[in-house]
Amino acid sequence: MASAANETELRRQHRREQLSILSLVIPALVVVGLIILIPLSWLFYLSFLGDDGGFSLENYLKMTQYKSYYRIFITTFQVSILTTMICIALGYPLAFFLAQLPPRWAGVFMLAVLLPFWTSLLVRTYAWLVLLQRKGIINEFAMDMGFWEKPLKLVHNMTGTLIGMAHIMLPFLILPLYNAMRKIDRDMMHAAANLGANPVRAFWAVYFPLSLPGMVAGSLIVFVLCLGFYVTPAVLGGGRVIMVSNQITAILENQFDWGAASALGVVLLVATVLCLFLAARFFKLDAALFGRD
Amino acid sequence: MSWFSRPATDTQITHGRRLWLYALAAVIMILLVIPTLIVVPMSFSDSQYLEFPPSNWSLRWYEEYLGSRKWMRATMTSVQVGVLTMLVATPLGTMAAYALFVSRHRLTRAIFLLLITPMIVPVILIAIGTFYAYGRMGMNNTIAGLVLAHAALALPLVIIVVTAGLRSYDLNQEQVARSLGATRSKAFFLITLPQIRFSVITAALLSFLTSFDEVIVAIFVSGGANATLTKHMFAALRDYIDPTIAAISTIMVILSSVLLLLTQFLGAKGTRD
Repeated sequence: MASAANETELRRQHRREQLSILSLVIPALVVVGLIILIPLSWLFYLSFLGDDGGFSLENYLKMTQYKSYYRIFITTFQVSILTTMICIALGYPLAFFLAQLPPRWAGVFMLAVLLPFWTSLLVRTYAWLVLLQRKGIINEFAMDMGFWEKPLKLVHNMTGTLIGMAHIMLPFLILPLYNAMRKIDRDMMHAAANLGANPVRAFWAVYFPLSLPGMVAGSLIVFVLCLGFYVTPAVLGGGRVIMVSNQITAILENQFDWGAASALGVVLLVATVLCLFLAARFFKLDAALFGRD
Repeated sequence: MSWFSRPATDTQITHGRRLWLYALAAVIMILLVIPTLIVVPMSFSDSQYLEFPPSNWSLRWYEEYLGSRKWMRATMTSVQVGVLTMLVATPLGTMAAYALFVSRHRLTRAIFLLLITPMIVPVILIAIGTFYAYGRMGMNNTIAGLVLAHAALALPLVIIVVTAGLRSYDLNQEQVARSLGATRSKAFFLITLPQIRFSVITAALLSFLTSFDEVIVAIFVSGGANATLTKHMFAALRDYIDPTIAAISTIMVILSSVLLLLTQFLGAKGTRD
């Protein structure tokens, strides 16, 4: 009996200790609550507020009625998909190249991926503005080489936006993909070669399928981050590429319509969370992202 | 046997048959790095226009930057907000990461997800949401308001980096210290913290940079005398291209390169110890 009492006492103590450790998260939770949860709930509330101050769906219905909204959703989706595809096309070969190198050399070449990753997005957007303009380096160079005769319009449009966004998003694809590739057992390729597969066949039959989870995880991060882009389309799109975030700002600046802006924001958030939720269901996204399982 | 005909991988493919991959990788790496570095030579141009290579060299854009009250003031604000964000986010994030790592409570996973929401929620929503909430509380255009918002954005990064550090550390050492009579906090500060210090420093540098480079929240909730560097830069980029930005960008690139090399160095040290 004494030991049973002892045991409950021990268990209670254990629980108390667990709670006291867990209380260390409270300050961080307060910050996230103040900056994320409260403001978001407020926006959510505003999005359902009608002109008369009562509950209404008019802010959401507006989106289905006006063609301009439809165009913005299409643009956002289009830009995000195309950026993701460009990132895969450029990111896969580079990640593959890096993953084949001895770790020391991979670390050196990896700086080419990490340097832009660490550089301000604004600085890189500015650099592209300069590189791509009418009399910019790229046009001058291409005309000197005879690739095209008249300067091409590379910026203040969709082309410029895609180039800038792909450049910013590329590291987000390469880093998880590279980590996944590094984890592929080298003996697998060895075995494939031993069994008579030529290098190309061995790659497609063995290596590529094993690298797919990393590629899908990276692509999803890129796609989801693209959905919420603001700065790059605003600067490199020159007012011609209006994504959801740009429209939210425009509504607030021009019409001061918090209801409409909030509703659009809620749609963006739901789309983002939905993508991540689906991703988490099908893939071990945590594992790919943070090395957690 | 020359390098070209030597096998490059386990599948016995030769370097020679792989040249296309090396060439492609080189092109992509150049594409990644050039736009980051191009601002450096441009900032030393004498011209009003953004020409490359510059026909005449000068330091006029640096003089312009250093002589401008507006840019100096914005720089001071950005540095101040960055340092304060680092001082808030690093301890808070480290505490949370430690608690979530040690605790076996069933709520840990939910709390972890909650704490990384700032990384998931589109920044524009955080920007307009805090702008609205701060409007009600009179906190727009204040340093404290901006620091709080930036700290929220930096927290997930701190938590992820510190958690990674804790993973490579043997928690039993702390148990030993505690069984020898140290309290939990004493064991943490004397045994655990010194061993995860490189992760914590990396996290601190990252949170500074997160704040220093942040644009969207700053556009909305900073302003007046407390407008940040990025807010002024964004306005300048959208309206007209002022070459002063090349000088400022160069300074920002140097700053991030130094911080990046520092973290690589710390990372190498962290894995060796």
